[in-house]
Amino acid sequence: MKIEGKRALWREYQKAIADDHYFYVRSCVRQTFFPGAEKAFIEIMKNRLGKDLYEEPIHTTCTGIAYHSDIVPLETTMTVVARQFALMTENGYENLAVSCVTSFGVYSEVLETWHHFPETEEKTREMLWKATRREFKKPANVAHASDILYKFRDQIAAQAVYPLINRHTGQPLRVVEHIGCHYAKMFPHKGVGGAEYPYVLVGMIESWGGEVVDYPERRHCCGFGFRQYLIQANRGYTFSNTKKKFDSMAPYKPDMIITNCPGCPMFLDRGQYAIAELEGITYGENGYGIPVFTFEEVAGLVLGFDPWDLGLQFHQVAVEPLLDKMGIPYDPAMKYAGSGGKFIGSPELPEVLKC
Amino acid sequence: MINWQFTLHPDHTINLDTNDRTLARLLEEKEPTSRICMACGSCGGTCTAAQFEPVSFRHILLMVRRGETESVRSELTKCMYCGKCTLVCPRGVNTRHILALLRTMLIN
Amino acid sequence: MHTRKHILVIGGGVAGMESAIHLCDMGYEVTLIEKQDQLGGHVLKWDFLFPDHRPAYEITNELCPAVEEKATIKLQTEVKNIVRQNGHFEVALSDGEKLTADALLVATGFDLFDAHKKEEYGYGIYDNVITAAELEERFQNKIPIRTAAGKKPARVGFVHCVGSRDEKVGNEYCSKVCCVTAVKQAMRVRESLPGCEVFCFYMDLRMFGRYFEDLYREAQEKWGVQFIRGRLSEAAEDIDQRIIVKLEDTLAGRPLRMAVDLLVLLTGFVPSEGTRRMATMLNLPLGNDRFIKPSDEHLRRNLTPVPGVFVTGASAGPRSISESISDARAAALEIAAWFNNSSQHAI
Repeated sequence: MKIEGKRALWREYQKAIADDHYFYVRSCVRQTFFPGAEKAFIEIMKNRLGKDLYEEPIHTTCTGIAYHSDIVPLETTMTVVARQFALMTENGYENLAVSCVTSFGVYSEVLETWHHFPETEEKTREMLWKATRREFKKPANVAHASDILYKFRDQIAAQAVYPLINRHTGQPLRVVEHIGCHYAKMFPHKGVGGAEYPYVLVGMIESWGGEVVDYPERRHCCGFGFRQYLIQANRGYTFSNTKKKFDSMAPYKPDMIITNCPGCPMFLDRGQYAIAELEGITYGENGYGIPVFTFEEVAGLVLGFDPWDLGLQFHQVAVEPLLDKMGIPYDPAMKYAGSGGKFIGSPELPEVLKC
Repeated sequence: MINWQFTLHPDHTINLDTNDRTLARLLEEKEPTSRICMACGSCGGTCTAAQFEPVSFRHILLMVRRGETESVRSELTKCMYCGKCTLVCPRGVNTRHILALLRTMLIN
Repeated sequence: MHTRKHILVIGGGVAGMESAIHLCDMGYEVTLIEKQDQLGGHVLKWDFLFPDHRPAYEITNELCPAVEEKATIKLQTEVKNIVRQNGHFEVALSDGEKLTADALLVATGFDLFDAHKKEEYGYGIYDNVITAAELEERFQNKIPIRTAAGKKPARVGFVHCVGSRDEKVGNEYCSKVCCVTAVKQAMRVRESLPGCEVFCFYMDLRMFGRYFEDLYREAQEKWGVQFIRGRLSEAAEDIDQRIIVKLEDTLAGRPLRMAVDLLVLLTGFVPSEGTRRMATMLNLPLGNDRFIKPSDEHLRRNLTPVPGVFVTGASAGPRSISESISDARAAALEIAAWFNNSSQHAI
């Protein structure tokens, strides 16, 4: 692999990312699957990077999951997106910071549609006005939250307490990066580094001391695929795809996986449990899995946040082996302690996957 | 025991790294014209059996050459050895011989 | 003072050289300019030619001395500016010289498609992805075919239509000669590496020329080259630096994947930088493939709508060497006919 070849390509896929004053729109599922991730992002943005970031409590879903499952028509999606823009406009912001990769795709797709078919924008404005009496300005900048942490990766590195280095060996951690499909596959120029060799997470890994693992099925979907996962009988497709990725990355013995999409870490993390139960296969060391993280969680770990404050106890694959490698202290007794220190209950342990 | 209500799917990909193509090599030794098919489909177009049964010489040969041998067993039994495919082949592939060889190697 | 008509031939590849030779033979005064330091163009980089495997140097060995003897040759020279005045062209050259020409022949040819643009094939990123031109260079320099790590490849794959028939890179046309080049090179790889499996991944095999079908058959029959109908959707590198290719085997109707030790990309033709410059400078119309469009695709293939400007070779679309040579002779005749018709006084 010639890294200079990738760098040449990366130079062609640079995008404008606003450097302050963000209107933050959350993901529907990130908070459920990885409850500390968005909290960590807001904390890093406001208190570690000193940025102005505003979150409007009455913002809603972008309809992404329903849109990709053919449940809502495009007109509805556009009107809901327009309402988010209206909330941003009303609060005096113009830089949209999007937590979810699918939302980022939806916002990009709607703006692109309005650009090419201005009559759809006019119709959306009319529908929004009729439904809510709101008006909006289009965002000056649309960035995914991972774009923003990518932009400030070196500032985070400067504050790093635990770089992505195996403290036992002194070697960089071997990190698999996984990019959500809706980040750049629809619009390669809207993603940092493009669609084939995205740089957004690679940049963070490099800056924070890790070594990137590029493996044959890197570009492959995590398996979510929306409509296939939403119907239980079709979930075999989901985990067959997930397994394809793990089979492909296994020879490289990665220490961890970083993702930028809210759905992917769910399927790569919980998927390891499903594959272990269904097929009896595990991919980490000694019967464990390969720990999977969102980029916000990794930034939080690097900056020295407490693993349990980051919500890492909600992961299926045990994170402790990685915490040990990074030298991050943690109190096992506090893993399932709630905010007041009260025991919140521990999960049943799976039979095959060691946790 | 968890009832998952789904299972993982076997890979539908033709994988030339794992498929066993020994049969195709044996076939090439015994009937070298098995290499020169250009997939025009004249054989399948003229095939007497193909009008009633799912069978195609082109498909059989292709699958054998890809190492997907199992998938052609039932197709092979449909051939009636009338030889029209040999008559019509523009490349001179000895289709009838190939079908007979495959039948011997795979079924008998 | 010119007593004979003076023709400036722009481009010293096979087309430019062949036209220049024939124009000289007809009694015209010819200046041929070439931007490289050597005449010959792309042919210089080819080892041997389809369909008969003759050495490529035989072409340049015949054409270069002939044209050098007859025409005025200016190497490392490009056109800077052209002004049309009183039925002549006042041409400023890159070396500062100014000359007057009665006709211009654009023979600026093609460039090979830049394989980096097919990002999903990993050219310039994966160690074992090379272009057909690079493979030909290895043949020419007698460099054994090895992987980047110096191992004998057990499997080599050839990808047809790289940068051709592909709206994604803006080239919707067929580059015509890549199919037969792949077959020619596949046979040579099999010949030099007994035991190596060779695969060609193609969409359609366009064996358009005389004897090309024989090559295709020989590749299958004698050399066991395997043809898989399907366009590569992506390539990736595995832990052993082998290239994992994904495509649909469209004849089987199923996806197919395999590892190859070396992947060769058959990059197509794009109008050369010089062709694009000349088209802009002279305001020549282009076809939808961005090559120069002649006045009539059947009857006047070397004439352009700009009086006194002619075109030949691959600047007017992808062509093989033999086609370029025929076309170059036709261009010489077209120019002579134009002089005879447009002016009352002969040469």
